[in-house]
Amino acid sequence: MENSKIGQHISGQFNKELEDIRDKVLTMGGLVERQIELAVQAYTTGDIELAELVIKQDNQVDAMEVAIDLECTQILARRQPTAFDLRLLVSVIKIIHEIERVGDKAERVAEMAIKLEKVGSHFPHYELEHMAEVVKGMLHDALDAFARMSLEGLSAITGRDDNVDREYDNLLRQLITRMMEDPRNITRSLDVLWTIRALERIGDHACYICEHMVYMIKGEDVRHLSQQEQEEKMKE
Amino acid sequence: MTAQEVRTHAIDMNSVLNNRVSREESNEISIKVENLNLFYGTKQALHDINMDIPKKKVTAYIGPSGCGKSTLLRCINRMNDLVDNTTIDGKILLDNENIYDKSVNVADLRRRVGMVFQKPNPFPKSIFENVAYGLRIQGINDKRILQDAVENALRGAALWDEMKDRLNDNALGISGGQQQRLVIARAIAIEPEVLLLDEPASALDPISTLKIEELINELKEKYTIVIVTHNMQQAARVSDYTAFMYIGELIEMGTTSELFTNPRKKQTEDYITGRYG
Repeated sequence: MENSKIGQHISGQFNKELEDIRDKVLTMGGLVERQIELAVQAYTTGDIELAELVIKQDNQVDAMEVAIDLECTQILARRQPTAFDLRLLVSVIKIIHEIERVGDKAERVAEMAIKLEKVGSHFPHYELEHMAEVVKGMLHDALDAFARMSLEGLSAITGRDDNVDREYDNLLRQLITRMMEDPRNITRSLDVLWTIRALERIGDHACYICEHMVYMIKGEDVRHLSQQEQEEKMKE
Repeated sequence: MTAQEVRTHAIDMNSVLNNRVSREESNEISIKVENLNLFYGTKQALHDINMDIPKKKVTAYIGPSGCGKSTLLRCINRMNDLVDNTTIDGKILLDNENIYDKSVNVADLRRRVGMVFQKPNPFPKSIFENVAYGLRIQGINDKRILQDAVENALRGAALWDEMKDRLNDNALGISGGQQQRLVIARAIAIEPEVLLLDEPASALDPISTLKIEELINELKEKYTIVIVTHNMQQAARVSDYTAFMYIGELIEMGTTSELFTNPRKKQTEDYITGRYG
């Protein structure tokens, strides 16, 4: 399946260039998934060193975005791709931007881990860990669909985002309660809020990747459609 | 604004834009090809072609060598009549009139449907006489009329500024790119309705090619243009509509923007992305 989409160009070199781009996007995605994992681990265990490592490694994510972007631009200039090849490159440019933003969110979680560890937060981690697990899964599955160059399973990903939003709302309510109970909790609660907000946004970026995938595979722009319409378009 | 409002807003914008585009588009058809079959001897070169060519738009034919795109182009001004053993059935309607009807005067048809070929073919005469040639054949010899017509045609072909001081020079002495524009000037001097361009830029350097493409863009204000090109990027750049042909058949025709970003047929996709079909 995957090779029939990218391969079979008369120019073998072009095949290689597109495969190379796909591999790099997946590498970048893998790196960012790992960043989320480490950031959340640093947050729940209060491991400042690990959090600092995550912050440091975000440079690598940024560098990959720039490198892939450049490669796409060069292929656009040199090969003037059309049809699926064109949509692939345009979508990759957008997808790596989403991945890069996810990387920033992981960095944000790591920053909050350091900050909260220093002041000593006692907000329960369980729900936050669960939320992180879900959004990481969403990103993973979106990238998996990208690797397969297929729309299969995309509608399930956007469906999971509803749960993430609900969990976010629940946590938000808890935080508001804590803040009302004791105004001294406000600063800390806000930091926790930034953290869960970052995780919630990761879910959104995974959904945006799904939207770009629909354009890539079907040539239909589904951004700004209702969720129901989007999910219909994602079912091939 | 809530997310839902933002979405509705975006969709409204879209429909507004779409409406405007569709209102601007003129849907007038200049040439209608109906069930056209063409045989060279016993070999069938065109299979049941049906196609509408819109007025004052650029329509490009693309496809691999031998797919019939030049043959189809030449049918539009009956150039294939000159090839022995050619049989044609079906119709080509130019402004609702079948050009293959017995009553049609072929010389008259070719006056209405001008043609430019791959290699510039100026006559070994002066630049002025090259452009005036078609008019002289029509019996126009009034100097004032000829001068005006030659100037207009050269301006129309974006050649006036380069040529105005050397109108009496031999046309064979100018560059290939200039010769090709001169030939286009010669074609538009007699004010045809349709211009057929068969690989008009394939023998030219990139700058001359861009000049021809720029010219095509200007000429579509006045003429219906059909262009055959091997250069897909050229088709993508200059045309409003693109038809993809393969082994004598019309595989897909659509707006150029649609055909190059999201073709409907796999054969089209394979060809324009350079894949093994």
